[in-house]
Amino acid sequence: MAELTYLQAISDGLRTEMRRDKRVFVIGEDVGVYGGAFKVTLGFQEEFGPWRVIDAPLAETAIVGGATGAAMMGMRPVAEMQFSDFVSCAWDHLVTIAAKQRWRVGTPVPIVVRLPSGGGFSGGPFHSQNPESSFAHIPGLKCVCPATPEDAKGLLISAIEDPNPVLYFEHKHLYRRIKGEVPEERYTTPIGKARIHQEGDDVSVVTWGAMVYTAEEAAKQLDGDGVSVEIVDLRSVMPWDKPAVIESVRKTSKVLVLHEDTRTGGFGAEIAATIAEEAFEDLDAPVKRIAAPDTPVPFSPPLEKAFIPQVDDVVAGLRELAEY
Amino acid sequence: MSQSLSFRAMAIAREAEPVGSLSEVKEAGLDREDLLGIYRNLLITRGVEERGHILYRQGKIPGSFYTGRGNEAAAVGVATAMRSDDVGTPLHRDMGVHIVRGVEPWRIFAQYMGREDGPTRGKDGNVHMADMRLGLIAMVSHLPAMLPVAVGAALAFRIREERRVALGWFGEGSSARGDVHESMTFAGTRKLPVVFVCDNNQWAYSTPTHLEYATEHVADRAQSYGFEGVVVDGTDVLAVYREAKRAIEKAREGGGPTLVECLTLRMEGHAVHDDAFYVPKPMFEAWAASDPLERFRTWLRENASMTDDEEDEIGAGVKKLLNDALQRAEDSPMPDPSELLDGVYATPEDLDTPHHK
Ligand SMILES: Cc1ncc(C[n+]2csc(CCOP(=O)(O)OP(=O)(O)O)c2C)c(N)n1
Ligand SMILES: [Mg+2]
Repeated sequence: MAELTYLQAISDGLRTEMRRDKRVFVIGEDVGVYGGAFKVTLGFQEEFGPWRVIDAPLAETAIVGGATGAAMMGMRPVAEMQFSDFVSCAWDHLVTIAAKQRWRVGTPVPIVVRLPSGGGFSGGPFHSQNPESSFAHIPGLKCVCPATPEDAKGLLISAIEDPNPVLYFEHKHLYRRIKGEVPEERYTTPIGKARIHQEGDDVSVVTWGAMVYTAEEAAKQLDGDGVSVEIVDLRSVMPWDKPAVIESVRKTSKVLVLHEDTRTGGFGAEIAATIAEEAFEDLDAPVKRIAAPDTPVPFSPPLEKAFIPQVDDVVAGLRELAEY
Repeated sequence: MSQSLSFRAMAIAREAEPVGSLSEVKEAGLDREDLLGIYRNLLITRGVEERGHILYRQGKIPGSFYTGRGNEAAAVGVATAMRSDDVGTPLHRDMGVHIVRGVEPWRIFAQYMGREDGPTRGKDGNVHMADMRLGLIAMVSHLPAMLPVAVGAALAFRIREERRVALGWFGEGSSARGDVHESMTFAGTRKLPVVFVCDNNQWAYSTPTHLEYATEHVADRAQSYGFEGVVVDGTDVLAVYREAKRAIEKAREGGGPTLVECLTLRMEGHAVHDDAFYVPKPMFEAWAASDPLERFRTWLRENASMTDDEEDEIGAGVKKLLNDALQRAEDSPMPDPSELLDGVYATPEDLDTPHHK
């Protein structure tokens, strides 16, 4: 096993699939010569040529709509949005065509859209968003949100293999910060299966993406109080691993749902509602949510810090639950 | 004193000549049998939609109902020029494409009525259907959202170096949307094997062309994307065929896209609920006088000596086909509500089709 950054693991997964399967190709803005805005596809064009690593015009509709058409013709496109925020320009094609074609007319659309998402670098309102809950709401789409390098590779391979349109949310704040052991061989990580990031007995945190590490740091601080925290990393929000969440809730009887996306209508609301429906009797405290406030993502550092849930916020939330 | 600025938009696209004699048609690669086949397909196309109207009036079609009356020659002409392994994304005026590609009319009637045997099994209605095995990709309501998909199909052909062509349809009204621009920009830069077909029926619902675009022709735009635009009389099935064939074969040979604009008619309201009060009466009269079916029938009699017997035989055959089809569709059951959840997500087995391999 090699130690790779989260970003290297994404490249590794993509390269693995492109070497294995000629149908897989990459399309996006500046993905070729430049290697992508974040360099995920650096060196790919040299290896796979300009017709498998396609520099598209600045045209998200053509990129995602084009990927859809190519997939219908038997290809396995991996489209890159330069930032997840720009997927709004391709919303129509994901929601109107890719998501519905299998159900309406029986034509599967096996595409992957890579979405560099998340904040923490003063990207401002248009380079920081986490739009996964908007898409999780669309029947026919799948949404994966890896947190570790190992899952980044495995989930990308699963996404490419999957016969459905899969939105692959890669968190920018994990790209170079998070390193981990990644198997060199090809493997898949099942979509819809959570991972227990750390076991604990007193409070559960249900989260995904970069917030896994925020939860981890908060949990360390609670160690001192003698409170043991279990962290459930969902890994994908559509489909999501309901049984794993319910099981953790049954074990700890207290749960914090944590996400970087805004609060109202965020995916955490779905999780909280499901816990209320299916595990009410197992709860010893009300379900708690910590999420960003309902505003666009701000630019200036103190504002952004107030927006993105911080370790201290999570510590406070966990203490409140522990003491309840 | 201010003077109003007046200028006339100048056409840039090539304006195609009509097709005259039988010998010209032979040059275009059609023999007499083919011509009678085209006539038959035109009759089936119109017949399917006329019977759709009857079903609608009988209350058997839920929702709304659209036809392509006046657009048959454009649809049939283009589809006749496609090869069997070419693909396309026909729209709500392009029933003729489904007919030429071999969709069985009874399945279309079943689709209209929301029955189990419609290609979408009642999940969607109207012409929102297509048989992928016949190289047709089902349209969505959003116009012209299928153009980028057609471009993507062409991209797949280009990547794999297959000599296949994708056809994408759009209306002159929806030509205003950005999907057209993105599709043509991408297809132009990469010289993809795609043919863009604009059915210009002069109306977008109630909006006339001068409020839809400011050039003389929609096809004039092609030049700005780096490829050729052609305007053709969409009521002349043979001229449409010839121009579509040229464009398709050019794309197949690596010559890149073409935008073919067919000037057609909308001989009815936008849909069945619309009496088209906003269309000037003389326009309707002019349309009636240039009915594409009548035009081709006359041409066949004058130039290909179609006899009364031949005409009657074709007419009777189509009538029987459609009557049988109606019966079969009416026998098709309504879908069972238990099927509602089927197929929201694809399974790996769904990919076991020839085109996905
Ligand atoms: C994106 C979008 N907006 C609005 C509509 C509603 N609508 C359906 S058909 C139509 C007019 C389309 O005109 P045109 O593109 O010329 O096609 P035609 O119906 O005349 O063949 C409108 C506005 C739609 N289908 N899609
Ligand atoms: Mg129109």
